Amino acid sequence: MLSVPCPWCGPRDETEFKYGGQAHVAYPSDPAALSDAEWASYLFLRDNPKGWFAERWFHSAGCRRWFDVVRHTVTYEFAPGVTP
Amino acid sequence: MTDFLWADPEPERGYDVVVIGAGGHGLATAYYLARNHGITNVAVLERGWLAGGNMARNTTIIRSNYLWDASAAIYEHSLKLWEGLSDELDYDILFSQRGVLNLAHSLPDVREGIRRVNANRLNGVDAEWLTPAEVKKLVPIINTSQELRYPVMGATFQPRAGIAKHDYVAWAYARAAHRLGVHLIQNCEVTGFLRDGDRVRGVVTSRGTIEADRVALCAAGHTSVLASELGFRLPLASHPLQALVSELLEQVLDTVVMSNAIHVYVSQAHKGELVMGAGVDAYNGYGQRGSFHVIESQMAAAVELFPIFARAHVLRTWAGIVDVSPDASPVLGLTPVENVFVNCGWGTGGFKATPGAGWVYADTIAHGRPHPLAAPFALDRFTTGALVDEHGAAAVAH
Ligand SMILES: Cc1cc2nc3c(=O)[nH]c(=O)nc-3n(C[C@H](O)[C@H](O)[C@H](O)COP(=O)(O)OP(=O)(O)OC[C@H]3O[C@@H](n4cnc5c(N)ncnc54)[C@H](O)[C@@H]3O)c2cc1C
Ligand SMILES: [Zn+2]
Repeated sequence: MLSVPCPWCGPRDETEFKYGGQAHVAYPSDPAALSDAEWASYLFLRDNPKGWFAERWFHSAGCRRWFDVVRHTVTYEFAPGVTP
Repeated sequence: MTDFLWADPEPERGYDVVVIGAGGHGLATAYYLARNHGITNVAVLERGWLAGGNMARNTTIIRSNYLWDASAAIYEHSLKLWEGLSDELDYDILFSQRGVLNLAHSLPDVREGIRRVNANRLNGVDAEWLTPAEVKKLVPIINTSQELRYPVMGATFQPRAGIAKHDYVAWAYARAAHRLGVHLIQNCEVTGFLRDGDRVRGVVTSRGTIEADRVALCAAGHTSVLASELGFRLPLASHPLQALVSELLEQVLDTVVMSNAIHVYVSQAHKGELVMGAGVDAYNGYGQRGSFHVIESQMAAAVELFPIFARAHVLRTWAGIVDVSPDASPVLGLTPVENVFVNCGWGTGGFKATPGAGWVYADTIAHGRPHPLAAPFALDRFTTGALVDEHGAAAVAH
């Protein structure tokens, strides 16, 4: 099981968290102005790297706050320096 | 001298078609390119050993009882090919049509199941709705007590569904493709592409560059990595998917049982081990391993449904890397690069599609346009919105 570093609670068992996928995917500021391809890209396309990945977690059974981490998708290790 | 099922050739300078990935899909694609289209100047490049990826790791459930017309058509095409595959490849792949139950544990499950049975029948797919008593009759060891937190309220049943021996399927396709002249090249990782404007000229590999008129991606969980080398993005997330087997036991279960609600599925292999699996680990991962609590929760579900499993021992757990798409349907067809084709997104359920996907993909590559059964699974469905939403509609995978 992963030990997920919550920036507010410290490292806790993975079962306390929900996974939120890629970080820094902002909701489009003017959705109606997007082409179909741009909207599809916002809805469906996410990075899927083999290596370091900036991603979101939600501490659902703890402080109930979202945060971003950088995790390696092969070794599963978390990079130091968790950002809220 | 040992008799090998296939040769281990040095790569040639170039091929008409280079298939990337020697899992079930890559091997079947190469076989049907040669058999159906006379295209035999083909290489299948594999970074590891032949069929050591998901093909070696899956739980071998084969069925075609999907909800939507497009899915029913391609999976039923595949099931029909399974029915003749041992003869076709002259190799007993232990295809066993023992039937698959999909259990319902709530009123929404019941409604979804009955709807799916009706949809299946309209598509010529065998399907029945069973009451809890009928489930109990078919699988006496199942706990149908209505006292359970999530009692069995019925099940869909596809009698023609079943399992097969995954390694034999891979070896049978490999031997048959080899006999038709296909080169199977192991320990050959594709790391890049030789570009020529909107086309590729070949692939860069750990064993040198290999030219290609056409390139067919068949890399399952690693497809995104190849696509990013090619400069386009795919709607895929790679996840660990785990499974487990028990020690060898007396035969107690001759039907495949799946429960999506309490989430476990189980069959008993020919040798006697119970084979179980459930859902993916939530996070993206290429590590071919997942978290133990995922195994724990599928075991809890299995013991609830089958109390006699409580004393069985887990022999082994493992994981593969599955390429999950947003609508739980595959992506099969053309790509933004003119002579590169894609077959991916089968996620947790592509073993059953091995013959069908290989057949349809080979035809797509041979003719440079989507086979009619592949057309609904084109990449542009994510732009048009014409999803084939097997996740939302049926919540059934594997
Ligand atoms: C635990 C588990 C249980 C499953 N259960 C079922 C089930 O019950 N029923 C079902 O229908 N499906 C099931 N699946 C899904 C099924 O296994 C896959 O959808 C299917 O095997 C994918 O096609 P494949 O066989 O070609 O993939 P793979 O066998 O994974 O083949 C892809 C190949 O590409 C190679 N490759 C990747 N990158 C490169 C590169 N750069 N260069 C060269 N080679 C490369 C890999 O090494 C690999 O051998 C399960 C999967 C898992 C992991
Ligand atoms: Zn917290």
